[in-house]
Amino acid sequence: MGKFGRYLAIRSLYSILILWGVTLVVFGVTQILPGDPATMVLGPYVSEQGIELVNERLGLNKPLPVQYFDWITGIFVGDWGLSFQYEQPVYDIVVPRMLRTAQLALVAFLLVVCIGVPLGVVAAIYRGSYVDTVVSAVTYVWLAVPGYVFGILFILLLGGPVFYLFPSSGYVAPSESISGWFGHILLPSVTLALMMVAHVLRQTRSELIDTLQSEYVRTARLKGLDERTVLVKHALRNGIIPTVTLLALKLGSLLGGTVLIEYVFSYPGIGTLTVEAIHNRDLPVLQMSILLIAAAYVIANLIADVLYTYLDPRIEYGGA
Amino acid sequence: MSKNKRSPSNQTMTRARTAQSTSDRLLEIDGLSVEYQLPDRTIKALRDVSMSLEEGETLGIAGESGSGKSTLALAILQYLGDNGNVSGGSISFKDTSLLDASDEDLRSIRGNEIAHVPQNPQTSLNPSITVGEQIAEVIRLHQGKSSTEAKEDAIGILRQVNISDPEENYERYPHELSGGMQQRVLIAMALSCNPELLILDEPTTGLDVTTQSKILSLINELKDEFNTSIVLITHDLGVLAETSDRVAILYAGELVEKGTTSDIFSNSANPYTRGLLAATPDIETERELKPIPGNIPNLDRVPDGCIFADRCEFVEDECRTGQIDLEAVDDGSGHVTRCRRWEHVVDEPLKTSESEGTTSGPVDEAYDSDRKLLEAKNLTKTFGETGLLDQVFGGEQPVQAVNGVDIDVCESETVGIVGESGCGKSTLGRLMVQLLDQDEGTIEFRGEDISSTSDAFDEFRKDTSIVFQNPDSSLNPQKRVYTILERPLDLLADGAEQDKDERIAKLLMQVGLGPEYATKYPGELSGGEKQRVGIARAFASNPKFVVLDEPVASLDASVQANILDLLQELKAEYNTSYLLISHDLSVVNHICDRVAVMYLGEIVETGPKSDVFNPPYHPYTQALLSSIPSMDPEDDRERIHLEGDVPSARNPPSGCSFHSRCPKKIGEQCEQSKPELEGTNAGGQDNRHRVSCHLDEEQMNEPVRET
Ligand code: SF4
Ligand code: SF4
Repeated sequence: MGKFGRYLAIRSLYSILILWGVTLVVFGVTQILPGDPATMVLGPYVSEQGIELVNERLGLNKPLPVQYFDWITGIFVGDWGLSFQYEQPVYDIVVPRMLRTAQLALVAFLLVVCIGVPLGVVAAIYRGSYVDTVVSAVTYVWLAVPGYVFGILFILLLGGPVFYLFPSSGYVAPSESISGWFGHILLPSVTLALMMVAHVLRQTRSELIDTLQSEYVRTARLKGLDERTVLVKHALRNGIIPTVTLLALKLGSLLGGTVLIEYVFSYPGIGTLTVEAIHNRDLPVLQMSILLIAAAYVIANLIADVLYTYLDPRIEYGGA
Repeated sequence: MSKNKRSPSNQTMTRARTAQSTSDRLLEIDGLSVEYQLPDRTIKALRDVSMSLEEGETLGIAGESGSGKSTLALAILQYLGDNGNVSGGSISFKDTSLLDASDEDLRSIRGNEIAHVPQNPQTSLNPSITVGEQIAEVIRLHQGKSSTEAKEDAIGILRQVNISDPEENYERYPHELSGGMQQRVLIAMALSCNPELLILDEPTTGLDVTTQSKILSLINELKDEFNTSIVLITHDLGVLAETSDRVAILYAGELVEKGTTSDIFSNSANPYTRGLLAATPDIETERELKPIPGNIPNLDRVPDGCIFADRCEFVEDECRTGQIDLEAVDDGSGHVTRCRRWEHVVDEPLKTSESEGTTSGPVDEAYDSDRKLLEAKNLTKTFGETGLLDQVFGGEQPVQAVNGVDIDVCESETVGIVGESGCGKSTLGRLMVQLLDQDEGTIEFRGEDISSTSDAFDEFRKDTSIVFQNPDSSLNPQKRVYTILERPLDLLADGAEQDKDERIAKLLMQVGLGPEYATKYPGELSGGEKQRVGIARAFASNPKFVVLDEPVASLDASVQANILDLLQELKAEYNTSYLLISHDLSVVNHICDRVAVMYLGEIVETGPKSDVFNPPYHPYTQALLSSIPSMDPEDDRERIHLEGDVPSARNPPSGCSFHSRCPKKIGEQCEQSKPELEGTNAGGQDNRHRVSCHLDEEQMNEPVRET
């Protein structure tokens, strides 16, 4: 196995171990949540037999390790259990929600990449110019404002009684209407992008400035290379590595449900689903949605680390 | 085994060319002044500097840090950064004025006609591009060659700078190469378009002596082969003596003396040059060191009169007014000096001999086995023990940094540890003050095993300390000097609450800083002052034993001599013992009583300084000594060049660990059986001088044979 292959193997193994740990925690926590599931399914006035029946059907009377084992094996074969609340397979509830969040996350992510990175690069190249000064000043203010404030402002201005330009809530599938889909997804994703773009921009700018002042960039210039080659070939690649890592992590947190923004825009994604499931003590749904959110984070971290190691040949593939 | 003998005839040839007419003039710098604009002031980094370079000539430029030598190099390349500008004078290169050249002209000159080899090889190569591509890129750019041709050329040039397996190394990334190889790559890159002028900025600083000596002979060879003219910038006078035809000395932005190498080294007519020479330790003459007092001035205000006046020992009132001009010392050779009193200077040698007794050479008799302070036995330290997962996936071997070392230090003795980087000397130093725990072995302090009781360990801790190489990173920049010195006092000093302020003031006085330094931050201090604070901190607890880990490696010669003096004074006053770790054999030779030579985690030779160095026994010690550049420009003794780099400590060679590079290897015996550290006959009683080598003494004393 090559060095990189070995690193990849070790690092993936760690990710799997972490996810396994997450399943234990999720399972444990849902066991100690207050409230009896059967009561929740059937309502407060039920007979002993009713409870027993439900427990049996849901497998809740088996010993805990068996319940855990059934749950884990179920995950792999696609049997994610039944929702207490909706009496439907959990799979059918959670997966579409996850996909909607993924759409939101991807649109937001593209916006962050297309705005944050180029602006950061421009600010770094024209460091000290008025472009840089304006961009830097705006990002500083930006970073101080909590993201949902933008969301509320958008709803009030664009989606609210002032302009009525966009719908302020809900979701339309692209198969129904592309413009409807776009209209619904635009405001929440712009809000999400605005929350992250300042951070990405600032990181891109400062890393690239450091790189442009490095001794190897001086070497490149003193070889007689023109400024474009110096920038593109010698500076950007090294300057952008930390940003790539940051972006991978951001994608993780976008995918991991952006509870607040989904809530503000009543967007039916995994975040709102999790909140509902907590309200309703819908344990099977709650377990799976938390697990998926955690998986998004863990995988994003894995991608970030692997990308970093791959892009920067200096990193020794030591342990993980 | 490669050997290089500088042929004297070549040198005389180039010298002869120097004396020729001005028609061969390649570079002419006339009255150059450079300023750096800072927000609150203007630094006059170079003032009225003139010099010229003939074709095929090597011009050495020397001076302390802050003298403007790197600025001069960058001014020639017209690369002064946003805040630097040329405020006067001219630079012409083959009749083109570089100051008037357009950006486009400059781009076609840089890397093509004038090439620059920067100072730090690690940071000057692009980490994410293969070294081959970094060379091929220049060839494609300036010679318009196709990718395949450029690659072939690049491999050829890698071979010319003696990189082994050039095809393979072409594909490597910089971090996969050793420091010496990185420097070769940078030289190859600079030579790739056959430039007429090569500017080398501190080309060997930070490299081991053995690597340095190979790079220097490479430069000398290439100069003859390519007929390139060279500007070589360095703070190391030995390097200049070894390579230059002519030398220019800069001080605080002014040219203070210029002449042929022998004018400067044997006939200097300038107090600053003489000061530099006297401050540089020389292993051959073993003369006493004479530091230059004071620091290089700030260049935002240039005083009237001689800028060196505050540090000059020949200063008179006449020096302090008016402009000091360059005066010719000798009309024929172009030897000039900027000093009004140079005739006195030439008549009166520097007063080194009547030294104040501080740098009194070490006494051989300090070793006395009855007065052993510290004795370490079988110290062993391994890094990077692999974890379970790594073993499953086939991780790397651990590094044996220190491997079964026995060493002892007597009261008020200085023991030196020398060796190339990676030989484990710093790890050994850290083990000796228990900043690291050993895997195996014991340390006895005053005859008691320090791990036997916690009292013994505490006593050891209180009585030992360490001075680090880099005061910049070892002093907390957020803390005032007072706070820095207060900590060890609180932690370690005797319970009797003596007046802390008084103690700190006294410490500062003792290290040659006034009590007013207590309120300063490290950022406000010069390199030498920071190291003084580092030393004061080490002495705060009144230690009996101090490890000095490369204490002067990052300092200029003039400051270095000051610090070495200070260390000697403190030792005399506190009756301290030192373990001095250094890659610089001249420094070790200067202040140590005994030395140990380390190679790949083991001691290969140890004994009183004179037994080890004079003459050296072990082939490795011989190679180290022969690598030191000589301060005598006429010296053209043979150098022993060790093959390749130090092997990886992850996987040391079998048998004698030096066998892969040993010029005297005697075949299988060396490869298969490990030699013991054994006493020599010449060492006399107590086995004081011990060597680990299969050769007998007679064979060891033979010079290296031609192969
Ligand atoms: S001019 Fe005076 S102060 Fe300056 S170097 Fe000469 S003797 Fe010293
Ligand atoms: S034992 Fe052999 S290889 Fe080792 S130093 Fe002696 S001669 Fe060289």
